[in-house]
Amino acid sequence: MLQSAIERLGAAATNLVFELGRMASFLAVLVLQLLKPPFRFRRLVRETYDSGVLSLALVCASGLTVGLVLGLQLHSVLVRFGAEESLGAAIGLTLIRELGPVLTGLLVTGRAGSAMATEIAVMTATEQIDGMRTMAIDPMHFVVGPKALAITLAMPLLSSLFIVFSIIGAYLVAVQLLGLDAGVYFSSMNDAVEFRTDIVGSLLKALVFGALIALVATFRGYHSGRSAEAVGRATTSTVVTASVCILLADYVVTSLWEF
Amino acid sequence: MQTSPSRDLAVGLFVLIGLAALAYLTLQVGGLSTTGGLVLHANFTQIGGLAERAPVVISGVKVGRVEKIELSDDLDARVTLEVDDHLKLPVDTSASIRTAGLLGNQFIELEPGAEDALLTSGGEIALTESALSIEKLVGSLVHDAGLSGDEEATQ
Repeated sequence: MLQSAIERLGAAATNLVFELGRMASFLAVLVLQLLKPPFRFRRLVRETYDSGVLSLALVCASGLTVGLVLGLQLHSVLVRFGAEESLGAAIGLTLIRELGPVLTGLLVTGRAGSAMATEIAVMTATEQIDGMRTMAIDPMHFVVGPKALAITLAMPLLSSLFIVFSIIGAYLVAVQLLGLDAGVYFSSMNDAVEFRTDIVGSLLKALVFGALIALVATFRGYHSGRSAEAVGRATTSTVVTASVCILLADYVVTSLWEF
Repeated sequence: MQTSPSRDLAVGLFVLIGLAALAYLTLQVGGLSTTGGLVLHANFTQIGGLAERAPVVISGVKVGRVEKIELSDDLDARVTLEVDDHLKLPVDTSASIRTAGLLGNQFIELEPGAEDALLTSGGEIALTESALSIEKLVGSLVHDAGLSGDEEATQ
């Protein structure tokens, strides 16, 4: 009884290390293929459309609603201390440092990461990937590389948009609804937010999260089984793994960058 | 692969809006100034709660910020300021640490002097006024009140 439990633990640990190793070698191949000419610019544009442009409406709408709620909630807390002048600073810092990159990362995982994993998994399952190899086209270079690069590069842009829409949302609530002065709102934000630590840090986070989503989604899709069930599993595990990775990486990047 | 003009347009617009959002964050919210400022140094015996990035004002108008605070060799607080480089500050400009409101954030106020010679980058502000410590003020007030109370009791 006890022995079998320990055996299961050992098997799980071995499996985890094995998966991590496969992922690392996948990443190494991916980076090498991205650096190798020819640079597939047209493929990159197409993939940016799929993962960036199609996520645009979702990210902007979510940003706006997050801003509206955040404005309302923070105002009700700050007004107790008579510090509602600091609303702009609170909104700016929380969004730029944390909520912007993290929430955008989770949204993009659900919207674009899952679609990307499914697409690659279906290509694997229907042997299109094998077909490419037969035609001497490297699928890592033609399919996986542009997809991974597109989502990595789209993330900082989407995250910036999310933050701007949240700032507008909070502005609508704080200034238009609750009567805070617009100048006070923006000047307190301006005073609190700094370029190097806050904005560069925010972009760095978005870039790291984008790379994580790209790696997890392409890896899960590429190494999925060949059944319909396996495609579904690849999609689910992409969303779960990428979300957890983003939240863990958020702590790591924050502690390395800001402290 | 066939090209699709409408998709290219959408991607182009996406990149442009993304970069516009980034530029807005950088310039408006982040307050990144493109010009290098005038760097000045000032020594204070007590800076209280002054923090890096605190505003520097002249007559209440923000003209720069505190870049660095460190301990000087003779154990004073050495504060490095960066202000707009088109400001013409006389060499006898004085710097004081003030508090916004009773418990607000602390900032540095510059009061331009009357000399003709101007401060250059890396210059030293010789006339400084340290922070007013609320704790010390309250402490001395309580002390005085306590003394007078004792005197009344002994009378």
